[in-house]
Amino acid sequence: MIYSFWIQILEHVNYIGAACLFVVGLYTVVTHNNFIKKIIGINIMETSVFLLFVSIGFVHGASPPVLTLGDTGGPFVNPLPSALILTGIVVGVSITVYGLSMVIQIHQLYGTIELDEILDTEESKDDSPHA
Amino acid sequence: MQVLNFILVVFLVICALAAGHTKDLLSAVVIFASYSLVMAVLWLLLQSPDVALTEAAMGAGVTTIMFIAVISRTSRMEK
Repeated sequence: MIYSFWIQILEHVNYIGAACLFVVGLYTVVTHNNFIKKIIGINIMETSVFLLFVSIGFVHGASPPVLTLGDTGGPFVNPLPSALILTGIVVGVSITVYGLSMVIQIHQLYGTIELDEILDTEESKDDSPHA
Repeated sequence: MQVLNFILVVFLVICALAAGHTKDLLSAVVIFASYSLVMAVLWLLLQSPDVALTEAAMGAGVTTIMFIAVISRTSRMEK
């Protein structure tokens, strides 16, 4: 009974790992003030979702969905999640590079890439008497 | 194969924790590059070689270069 429980855990380790990675990425995004750390956290979150999708399409003992010479037509893994995730990786890279370009703009504007320092600057601007 | 899969997933979680924990942004980016490479091996283990190729080229290559370019323009250490 206990043994089969651990076998189940080992067979579904990708789902557990995807959930753990999503939580770790979310923690990195929420608790860090540095923008580059936040972007790394977003990347970890998106790769965890990709891992979940491709693990759902996986079939035990199957081959990749590629035709070869002398093919037996044996079981293939589901090609639909792979095709979707291929697009998702490219979209993720474009999101990352867009965020990094905004980080450069923020650094030119404020001289820092820490969120709390930027908020302090903005608050001191608001508090200063200008009337 | 199941055991290798388990080891790779544990390595991924440790890499993600370490990338969040370190104060040096450059080492965080290098840890993230190793995370992407191990993720590419995991795609290969999950029988999707096209995703593995894209992950190795995009995740470990292009993203790392972009991060290093931005760190060289801004500051290396996190406060």
